[in-house]
Amino acid sequence: MLIGVPRESRPGETRVAATPVTVRQLIALGYAVVVESGAGVGSSLPDEAYAEAGARVGTAAEAWSADVVLHVARPTAEEIGRLRDGALLVSSLAPALDPGLVEALAARPVTALAIDAVPRISRAQSLDVLSSMANIAGYRAVIEAAHAFGRFFTGQVTAAGKVPPAKVLVVGAGVAGLAAIGAASSLGAVVRATDVRPEVAEQIASLGGEYVGVPADEQQGGGTGYASVTSADYDRRAAQLYAEQARDVDIIITTALIPGRPAPRLITEEMVASMRPGSVVVDMAAAQGGNVAGSVPDQLVVTPNGVSIIGYTDLPGRLPGQASQLFGTNLVNLLKLLTPGKDGEVVLDLDDVVQRSMTVVRDGETLWPPPPVPVSAAPAAAPAVRPAAAPAPRRTASPTRAAAVVGIGAALLFLVTAVSPNRLIENLTVFALAIVVGFYVIGHVHHALHTPLMSVTNAISGIIVVGALLQLGHTSTLVTVLAFVAVLVASINVFGGFAVTRRMLGMFTRS
Amino acid sequence: MSAVSAAAAAYIVAGLLFVLSLAGLSRHETARSGNTYGIAGMAIALVATIGLAARDLDATAVVLIVVAMVLGAGIGLWRAARVEMTGMPELIAILHSFVGLAAVLVGWNGYLSVEREGAEQTEVPAELLGIHSAEVAIGVFIGAVTFTGSIVAFLKLSARIKSNPLMLPGHNWLNLGALVAFVALTVWFVASPALGALAAVTVLALALGWHLVASIGGGDMPVVVSMLNSYSGWAAAASGFLLDNNLLIITGALVGSSGAYLSYIMCAAMNRSFLSVIAGGFGNEGSTAAAGVDGEHTEITAEETAELLRGAKSVVITPGYGMAVAHAQGPVADLTRKLTEAGVEVRFGIHPVAGRLPGHMNVLLAEAKVPYDVVLEMDEINDDLAGTSVVLVIGANDTVNPAAMDDPGSPIAGMPVLRVWEAEHVVVFKRSMNTGYAGVQNPLFFRENTRMLFGDARERVEDILRAL
Repeated sequence: MLIGVPRESRPGETRVAATPVTVRQLIALGYAVVVESGAGVGSSLPDEAYAEAGARVGTAAEAWSADVVLHVARPTAEEIGRLRDGALLVSSLAPALDPGLVEALAARPVTALAIDAVPRISRAQSLDVLSSMANIAGYRAVIEAAHAFGRFFTGQVTAAGKVPPAKVLVVGAGVAGLAAIGAASSLGAVVRATDVRPEVAEQIASLGGEYVGVPADEQQGGGTGYASVTSADYDRRAAQLYAEQARDVDIIITTALIPGRPAPRLITEEMVASMRPGSVVVDMAAAQGGNVAGSVPDQLVVTPNGVSIIGYTDLPGRLPGQASQLFGTNLVNLLKLLTPGKDGEVVLDLDDVVQRSMTVVRDGETLWPPPPVPVSAAPAAAPAVRPAAAPAPRRTASPTRAAAVVGIGAALLFLVTAVSPNRLIENLTVFALAIVVGFYVIGHVHHALHTPLMSVTNAISGIIVVGALLQLGHTSTLVTVLAFVAVLVASINVFGGFAVTRRMLGMFTRS
Repeated sequence: MSAVSAAAAAYIVAGLLFVLSLAGLSRHETARSGNTYGIAGMAIALVATIGLAARDLDATAVVLIVVAMVLGAGIGLWRAARVEMTGMPELIAILHSFVGLAAVLVGWNGYLSVEREGAEQTEVPAELLGIHSAEVAIGVFIGAVTFTGSIVAFLKLSARIKSNPLMLPGHNWLNLGALVAFVALTVWFVASPALGALAAVTVLALALGWHLVASIGGGDMPVVVSMLNSYSGWAAAASGFLLDNNLLIITGALVGSSGAYLSYIMCAAMNRSFLSVIAGGFGNEGSTAAAGVDGEHTEITAEETAELLRGAKSVVITPGYGMAVAHAQGPVADLTRKLTEAGVEVRFGIHPVAGRLPGHMNVLLAEAKVPYDVVLEMDEINDDLAGTSVVLVIGANDTVNPAAMDDPGSPIAGMPVLRVWEAEHVVVFKRSMNTGYAGVQNPLFFRENTRMLFGDARERVEDILRAL
């Protein structure tokens, strides 16, 4: 089948749905690829590079009339009209926010997959563009903030005086938030982060941030892996926290998004007003209404008290090469899933929960919304927390049981000894004491020396050779033969056991 | 001072030297002198015994002794010098079988030279004859169980037979029935010391030993080998009772309790009772349990792993039996050296039941010249894993399975495991996605911080070395 990669028409869109690297991977899956001339210009990918990778460079009409069309931004009505009948469109569709687009697609006999509707299960991670774009956006948000911020991020002691490190507050520790935490702390800033899900504290710490929790007894997370709406009481305590932090920090980066709803308003005008002049606020939710009062989508606004509020909505597009590469790789992973035979033929399996969740329209039939996909745990967060909570119950003998065992053993020993003749009593005494000695001696053996211990006990249990030696002089030939064999095998043990122990112990060296 | 009292004195000295020998093995610093004490004890015991026996021996017997011992010494030293460290479990198992065999032979000799002679024998006073007969039967029984059990263990460990557990219907009842039959036969043998009774005990014990170990799977071998170690001690002790020889009793008891203690440690490390290990059959029901966990694993290449390691601050390597199978300890040691030189902190985390022998991994790493002070036990390293950049899991599976802690329904629930998933990155070296010994799928492979590196562990580690 032919895959078409058209040039993005949305103003300001710099990304492209395939790079020369991913084109090679698509061809390896058995597809032919046609790339619209100039499609990669925004990502500094010239047509020649695509041609070199094995794609044909064609016109917009050719790209749009391919069997499979890979696209980044939401297509326009006109673009939908250019699809051929029976085509497969893979693109960002935001079906939950844009029902008109779903209708427009359903009016055509085409199949449409929303690459931004991948369920958050670990199997689908490799095709989740929301994650990969959020990662880039989080990084870029820090870079934009640093650009607008008139100081260093890192603290320094210089000949010209001491520079304190910048303080950064990241609100929301999702993919974007974590990326921002990592980027800001690697620039040297003091990073704090909050999230409604307390289980992400560990991830925040792992990236160099400090978790600042909202004092709350309420567990968040609605089983979808995303944050959900919070209660009024929680919001009040959170607002208190944000107000305190706003007075203290230099930079705030907000990433709070709830899928399918307007972004929660977290930072109020008063909070912004309480920040020091020169501070920067990056509102990564500006497109969805904004977490910050006064943020304007795609604009940098400076408040009267000198605080810059950045509302760019194209943060991933500001790293076009990186974004195209990750986006393209996500699409390759999707096509791997759709091409089980690696033969260049798309097979859409609606029984697969990942493919079902993404399918908005199939052959003109609207399949949106898909049935909900339960996510077993917030990805990565829950497993990291659980082990600490529940130490494995180890099998230990209860005191009563131990006492019973000792009691029974003592009684048995008493009975056996009481009915024994003197000679046996003597032997039993030695035997019992030697067992106890053995147990205490072995109890201190270092775990690394267990194998040498076994081979040395092997050697000394060859002491049975003593018994066989004493029988060897017997008059009976049969006894002598048996004793001979016994001496032979026991000697193997004695000499072999000690020699191999010696050899092993010689290997153990200190650094 | 008669020859007999001199020998008895020598035996006490030898017995104490054996205690010192085992005590010496408790620490690396004293381990070598421990071995020397053992050799000294053995030499004293042998000299005393030969001196004692030589008093009433003719030249033929002396020659036989010398021939047998020289031959045995030759074979033993040759095997000890040649054995590969990956083959240690087999060697240990076959050595156990020798002790078992010797105990059987000594027991039979006891019968042939006492009970068989009837009224003509002079060695044992008539009133002690019953006890002697019981000692013969017990000694032969323990020896024979040890003998065939060790043979099966040897065959399983050297992969000459399949290591799957043999599951005869009602196998626990077979074992129990054999024990009951043994008691009955012993009573019969004490009452009337007939050849048939002793032969029956021998055959029964041989069959029991075979069946006992055949029904235990490969991954439980650390328990089996230490159990057989224990049995070989008890067999020697039984011979000591038979021959009224305190040195044999002391030594047998030392070895017996040492093996029992090791078995206990191994069982505790699997959170299973000794009886459940002996009852065998573990790893059979697992294939159905595997269906519970599913997900997508992420692969990584050797080059990417090298990149990961280069950027790491600290690395922990958790080896398992797979490392021994692939003979990867040499390249792993090279990797350790290279990373240490590059300033990366490299340590090893050893699960008590990793490998097929208690302490197996330690010996393999020692052979490859990994310093023993970076080789840590599970409990020593577990709390540090959360702060580790990269964990390399080489040929281990069940010992790093988070299901043991998270999933109460798992067959390995409650087993202490290395919490490798707490590290920043985990790279699992594995030949395929097959389950481990317990037959349980490992959710570790589907964790987000886990990467799978497929292929032969040795080749992959060498690839990483090249990439570094």
